Amino acid sequence: MINIRTSKHMLREINSMELIRLAEADPDIFVLDADLMSSSGLKAFAGKYPDRAVNCGIQEANMMGVAGGLSAVGFIPVVHSFAAYAVRRTLDQIFMAGCYNQQNIKIIGTDPGVCSAANGGTHMTFEDIAIMRALPGITIVDPTDEVMLKSLLPQIIQAHGVAYIRLFRKNKRVIYRDDTEFTLGKAQVVRPGTDITIIAEGPLMVFEAIQAAEKLEAQGISAQVVDVVSLKPLDEQLILETAAKTGAVLTAENHSITGGLGSAVAELLADHRLGIPFGRIGFPEMVGETGTVDYILQRFGMTHAEIAAHAITLVGEKDEQ
Amino acid sequence: MNILSQHRSLELHRAAEFIRLHSMEAIGSCGAGHVGGVLSIAELTALLYQEVLRYDPKYPEDPARDRVVLSKGHCGPALYAALALAGFFPMEELLTLNQNGSSLPSHCNMHKTPGIDIGTGSLGQGASLAAGMALGLKKRSSASRVFLILGDGECNEGQVWEAVLFAAHQQLDNLIAYVDVNKQQLDGYTEDICSLGDLRSKFESFGWRAIQADGHNIDELHNATQEILRETGRPGIVIMDTVKGKGWSGVDGKPGVHHVPISSEQLEEARKEITHRIESLTAQLEGIHD
Repeated sequence: MINIRTSKHMLREINSMELIRLAEADPDIFVLDADLMSSSGLKAFAGKYPDRAVNCGIQEANMMGVAGGLSAVGFIPVVHSFAAYAVRRTLDQIFMAGCYNQQNIKIIGTDPGVCSAANGGTHMTFEDIAIMRALPGITIVDPTDEVMLKSLLPQIIQAHGVAYIRLFRKNKRVIYRDDTEFTLGKAQVVRPGTDITIIAEGPLMVFEAIQAAEKLEAQGISAQVVDVVSLKPLDEQLILETAAKTGAVLTAENHSITGGLGSAVAELLADHRLGIPFGRIGFPEMVGETGTVDYILQRFGMTHAEIAAHAITLVGEKDEQ
Repeated sequence: MNILSQHRSLELHRAAEFIRLHSMEAIGSCGAGHVGGVLSIAELTALLYQEVLRYDPKYPEDPARDRVVLSKGHCGPALYAALALAGFFPMEELLTLNQNGSSLPSHCNMHKTPGIDIGTGSLGQGASLAAGMALGLKKRSSASRVFLILGDGECNEGQVWEAVLFAAHQQLDNLIAYVDVNKQQLDGYTEDICSLGDLRSKFESFGWRAIQADGHNIDELHNATQEILRETGRPGIVIMDTVKGKGWSGVDGKPGVHHVPISSEQLEEARKEITHRIESLTAQLEGIHD
């Protein structure tokens, strides 16, 4: 049984506290923000290390280039903006500084997918995973809770290269036991099952997937829930094993169904000739709109109810095969 | 004031002609290239690599070196000729420009070429990369300086102006920029495409020290550079008045010379013109004592 609880801190606070802790030991960590330090929680870092934090103002493209320059002289820049602007607005800057020049840049994009809620469609990013996944050598994570963030952040800081952290900054929900360890590139089985695998990412959809699995259990279907942990690199081995074992796969992501987790898993299954019942839960081809997270997930058929219904269909197809 | 002797000035002018010659040989060897903008920065690259910059060609990664960011990255051949003359790699490598597997791509790549401090080619981005380097070096209390070379057409890019605001706000007095005002961009004259107005007053109003100089006059360029290097508390820029295609009559000041094919006859013509000037500068140098 998963013990879901509420933290005293939002993920943004945990993120800033962890960066402060890491910066004590590593004098090269340098934080950049684009006039969102109050939103990102990085004001705490800037307060602690004023010499290693710069608020660039509202200029994300320049900020990403500055990060590349800082990296070129040995710093480890940690760059923040809302996911929409950290990624969508600065793609070529990330490519030039991060990929072409192979610099060491850690990008934090807060409120990915639907998480920006009332800020609405301009701030919602349903395409950031797809964009970043296509860039060579980039690590992408969407920490499900503070336990995962605390475990992954030191690994991300330590590994040279570009990492993109999707961060639901106001999330307080905790799913994992405090002592759970995570490894970049390794997925996590959150709940074992035998009839179907639901592979989910991030705070919203892992939670929805767990609830869906509980619902399915009541109907006699045993669903294995896998938290993908790292969207890139993908834990191919675990996904292939769980797909072979359960014989059906459903993905659930706080992102467009194009180019994100669902696409990554579909590519993997196809590459390995695993022709099993498969489905994707995520945003259809659309832009976001203002609304609460729950409202939007409901409106676009992404809650645990729809996940469970889709899973039942897939399990049914399995029986027909 | 550190003023160049007449002898040194002639030497640097001759170095600029060597950069022209070797750039043209390199571009000629692959049949086409960004001739106009390469020829317009020959004096600047000669001055930087022969007189101003601190570097060790045997140790290109030296943390204490000055950095160069050629933000108008398509003009790599001018930089490669300057680097080869400075001893970063053998001169004969210049003739591999843009060939399959070459370490000299027309747009700079730090992972391919010794002496290239950062890859460029997507216009506007070098400005931010240079500002980031300058910020980092200042934070490390390094004596290294960052030399940024912008194109005038490149100043169409909004990112340049973001970086210009940023560098002034961060008081990056270890950042010195040059803008190569050769008045043309790919599709035509900058005036006709997206007029830049008065660049000097623009930079000044953004908080920079800005000095106008003839970009083909080594003494003016040198004096402007020295003046800016003495500046504290703000970055500086030399607004270089240049001629696109300077130094070979086939393209000198002509329109449509951003990227042109070079036939072996044209290369021979350029070679003759530039060699003639080199010989004349050598004769002048022999006539005076340093």
